[in-house]
Amino acid sequence: MDVHALQQIVHGTRDARRKQTLPKFSPADRDQLIHKYHPDYRERAYRPIRFGPNGGDKTVVELASLLEGDSSIADEFDLTADYTTDVLVVGGGGAGCAAALHAHTSGAKVILATKLRLGDSNSVMAQGGMQISVAPGDSPVTHFVDTLKGGHMQNDHQLLKVMVEEGPSIAKWLLSLGVLFDRDGDGNLHVKKGGGSSKPRLLTCSDYTGLEIMRVLKDEVLNQNIQLLEFCAAVELTSDEKGNCTGAIFKDLDNHRHVVVAAKSVILATGGIGRLHIQGFPTSNHYGATGDGLCLAYRLGAKLTQIDTFQYHPSGAVYPEQLIGALVTEGIRSEGGHLVNAKGERFVNELDTRDVVSSSIIRECEEGRGIRTMSGRVGVWLDTPLLDAEHGPGTLEKHFPAMMLQFDRFGIDISKDPVLIYPTLHYQNGGVKIDTNSETNVHNLFVAGEASGGLHGRNRLMGNSLLDLMVFGKRSGLTAAVRAAAMPQGKLTVGHLKGFRAEAKKHGSSNGIVSPMILPAYTRKES
Amino acid sequence: MAQEDTNIIDQPEVIRHKMVTVEIAGKKYEVPEGITIIKALWYSGQEVVRGAGCLGGFCGACAAYYRTKDDPKVRTCLACQMAVQDGMSITMMPPFPARKATYDIQTLKDPKQDLFNLYPEAPLCRNCNACTEACPQKIDVREGVWKAVFGDFKSVSEMFMDCVMCGMCTPVCIADIAPNLVALYVSRAQGAHFTEKPLGLDARIKEIQDGRFDDEWATILKMSEKELADHCATVK
Ligand SMILES: Cc1cc2nc3c(=O)[nH]c(=O)nc-3n(C[C@H](O)[C@H](O)[C@H](O)COP(=O)(O)OP(=O)(O)OC[C@H]3O[C@@H](n4cnc5c(N)ncnc54)[C@H](O)[C@@H]3O)c2cc1C
Ligand code: SF4
Ligand code: SF4
Ligand code: FES
Repeated sequence: MDVHALQQIVHGTRDARRKQTLPKFSPADRDQLIHKYHPDYRERAYRPIRFGPNGGDKTVVELASLLEGDSSIADEFDLTADYTTDVLVVGGGGAGCAAALHAHTSGAKVILATKLRLGDSNSVMAQGGMQISVAPGDSPVTHFVDTLKGGHMQNDHQLLKVMVEEGPSIAKWLLSLGVLFDRDGDGNLHVKKGGGSSKPRLLTCSDYTGLEIMRVLKDEVLNQNIQLLEFCAAVELTSDEKGNCTGAIFKDLDNHRHVVVAAKSVILATGGIGRLHIQGFPTSNHYGATGDGLCLAYRLGAKLTQIDTFQYHPSGAVYPEQLIGALVTEGIRSEGGHLVNAKGERFVNELDTRDVVSSSIIRECEEGRGIRTMSGRVGVWLDTPLLDAEHGPGTLEKHFPAMMLQFDRFGIDISKDPVLIYPTLHYQNGGVKIDTNSETNVHNLFVAGEASGGLHGRNRLMGNSLLDLMVFGKRSGLTAAVRAAAMPQGKLTVGHLKGFRAEAKKHGSSNGIVSPMILPAYTRKES
Repeated sequence: MAQEDTNIIDQPEVIRHKMVTVEIAGKKYEVPEGITIIKALWYSGQEVVRGAGCLGGFCGACAAYYRTKDDPKVRTCLACQMAVQDGMSITMMPPFPARKATYDIQTLKDPKQDLFNLYPEAPLCRNCNACTEACPQKIDVREGVWKAVFGDFKSVSEMFMDCVMCGMCTPVCIADIAPNLVALYVSRAQGAHFTEKPLGLDARIKEIQDGRFDDEWATILKMSEKELADHCATVK
């Protein structure tokens, strides 16, 4: 059927649906739904990691093989340093920029190395906003409780407390750098309500929150003359005889040469894993989201946590073909957009947590109430025109300019037509285990941002990631800078590889895979 | 469970995988119709390092020029957001060596005047409108440059909220202005110097410093797992 004909059911049922209120699931129903439909519970997709710090723990097969993968660096590699620095930041997203700026401000010499250009990352794409408890009726404690609930009570309490308490001062820092958060009439910060939150708490810059923050942070990194190594992908870390981290080895993607950086501390801010396309899911992530930091830290002995849980964002585009996997911001649901199945029915409280909403969409589709595209995908409708109907014409245009433009490029006017969506691989809930200063169990190795784990429990609450980046970027940067002032540069070796390779051999794991992946292999080979 | 076949969207172009001919950097390739330009690069066997970033239309790494069949007009686009069609000619934009001024945004004394020290070329705009035509985000760039020069920083900051810093407005400028960099400075100055301080935020920071939530924290952090779960369930 023509897409417009299929959409009629959404238009036809809109008024009736507006009168409906859908209750949230009871804790028992919610658990049952998730266990049955959430991709995290597909046994077949998982296997135990054979060896290393998390030997025996289960994770998705895609990640397990990379963690067990071999380094591209040989034992006898020439480790003469090309650069020497106090703090080496790896990754140019929000966490990396925040870490570099704070380390620099406290007087450390900083190098920021990143795989693509500075800022090419997941961070630029964040549309929904950033959770900070600034509203009068809200508090850091409520923020803490909401996040715990969202994370199925599995969040690290200490990390979480630090994050929610430092939120407001982070907002102040960003404002002082010129970030233009949306305001209320009285000049206070405007807050929106996000899925899974009991209070409106999302700070936004229309639907360009990540872009606005990143434009400013990037500009600031350049203004501070922080040394940049762009198109440099970290392929291995270096360690001294005690196993402490002492630097990193990069591959320059332009000339394919290696670059060795000696550093007193290394901060990995390499982001997530979307481009591993776990369980075949499309993804909302940037080109370089290949879990590199996990592999690097793991080989050096850093412990990972909660790497068996991933976030599948409920609304990834399914149609048109060109936008598959691209994110349709949760803001649409925050402002009242309904999810509607092929029968014209709502089937979940749209503001429930992401895992619940995603699971229910998968349920609708598996039980035959989805809408299929000719390319074999399936999805449900997100009633975008409802926002204009509810809040007046022009609402979408005003609040979601980025999304309007994105669909308009393919001739779709989302203020007139609903969009088809299905869960998309969005976020790695877990990652490298860190303490409240963002340091791992490997001395002088810090991990900040999406690559780290523990804070978000088994399901990250929307808007908490941007805050995570800023808070732990800052903490890692400050701690590394202070420490650098009082320590000598350690020796550069790749001694840790010996042990890792021996382990691999013992476990019969010569799977031939070299990690990190660096970029996904999308280039079509000769057929 | 069987899916009713009436719920299928027609997308004949996808199912038939019609191939089209496109020219990438001067060479012809056959690629499936309707895929994005970035995907066409991959499909035609190219390794993409420079030229792809977020893949979501936000980072500007994939700035590209294209021309459609028989049309003399060369247009700009974000290659991750543009579908290929038959007869299209495409080239990725190389990095352009624009000059970025450096400044300390927080300590500027007179940001509106400082604009002319940092970017003395800004007032030399010759109104050719090439920058506006080059912008894939449909920003009225020329208007923005004038507004910046006339000190209307607020309007500039609103107009350039969509700017992905692709830099396509820069090589076309006959006055050697980098409009996106001017706008970035102006927007940051607007935020740091000409926007009201949110009083509620300062109040909250003080509350935290003064330990206003300490008792609540103490109660919560003392709770057993079960108590905490029950407490969480009461918060709606
Ligand atoms: C589409 C989308 C929308 C989102 N919306 C929101 C939102 O509204 N609110 C929210 O809070 N969160 C949101 N998130 C989540 C959030 O944006 C990310 O979790 C966060 O940006 C991650 O930041 P990061 O700095 O840790 O990693 P990234 O921003 O992804 O940066 C990682 C950096 O590391 C580099 N890198 C990777 N590997 C290497 C290597 N081997 N060597 C050198 N460099 C490397 C990458 O190129 C990149 O520059 C969203 C995510 C996506 C994808
Ligand atoms: S203003 Fe310039 S840099 Fe910004 S999106 Fe438009 S063309 Fe690109
Ligand atoms: S291209 Fe340069 S000269 Fe022409 S209108 Fe834009 S800013 Fe002015
Ligand atoms: S790759 Fe970021 S805009 Fe296209």
